[in-house]
Amino acid sequence: MAENVTHDEDKHSPGYGYNILVWLTLLSLTCVTVAVAGLDLGPYILLTAMIIAAIKSTLVINIFMHIKFDDPIFKLFFSLIIFTLVVLFVLTAFDVLYR
Amino acid sequence: MNTNSQLVTHHRDDFGSKMGMWLFLFTELILFGGLFIMYMVYRVEYTEEFHLAAKELNLALGTLNTMILLTSSLTMVLSIVAIQRGSKKLSVFYLLSTIGLALAFMVIKAFEWGAKFSHGIYPGGEALANLSNGEVIFFGLYFVMTGLHALHVLIGVVILLFMLIFLLRGKINQENNIRLEAGGLYWHLVDLIWIFLFPLFYLLH
Repeated sequence: MAENVTHDEDKHSPGYGYNILVWLTLLSLTCVTVAVAGLDLGPYILLTAMIIAAIKSTLVINIFMHIKFDDPIFKLFFSLIIFTLVVLFVLTAFDVLYR
Repeated sequence: MNTNSQLVTHHRDDFGSKMGMWLFLFTELILFGGLFIMYMVYRVEYTEEFHLAAKELNLALGTLNTMILLTSSLTMVLSIVAIQRGSKKLSVFYLLSTIGLALAFMVIKAFEWGAKFSHGIYPGGEALANLSNGEVIFFGLYFVMTGLHALHVLIGVVILLFMLIFLLRGKINQENNIRLEAGGLYWHLVDLIWIFLFPLFYLLH
């Protein structure tokens, strides 16, 4: 079974060009987030910065960390961890904001 | 044992290896997640002070370090692609680039911290003691979170150096490169955490 998984991965693994394209996207998003932070967006500064960071991390996790091309169980486990963290964040935020 | 493995087909569980690495990475995510929650709580309480204190940080160096880490993630992936396509030379080159970029990140980090220290901003420093509570907490979080991250960068360098030795000795090769993949996963996690640290500390102006 382990062997089959390895061979499946090899077939779907993206090559040099695709990874370089992802890297260029990540660099441009970094420029965007720095440029946007220069604008006076008031309360939306944090929101926009976090949205851009979320897009960047999605690219890193899916492409560089191969989650997109791996066995779905990794995606499921990863989602569960992110879900747990989001629950902790939301519950703490409610406590802090509406105390 | 080496002589035996040539006679007996050696069992290898790449799926299990990868799962083990991911389970470890999940504990890392929870570790840093806790710190990010602490950051959120104090940022809500000391919004103004956080903005004031963040102005002390060097945005140019922070941006440069972000670019360096993203590039090191790329060279890490390319090192794996290269060995999977059978090019050991190229794989070694990309892995060395990754290690070099990691060290560059640490040098810049050292300059940043050095500048803070020389201005008396360090735990127990004189200048820090005169700041408001919120600013002290901001710098406390800054030193703890970027410090723990920098520790992960250093550990990453050690892991990648081991991978380099495995690669040079042919223990990581076209057929068997799960170790390089696992090392790569750790390296990307370091990059992933920085993607969130950077805007939270440097982009508050």
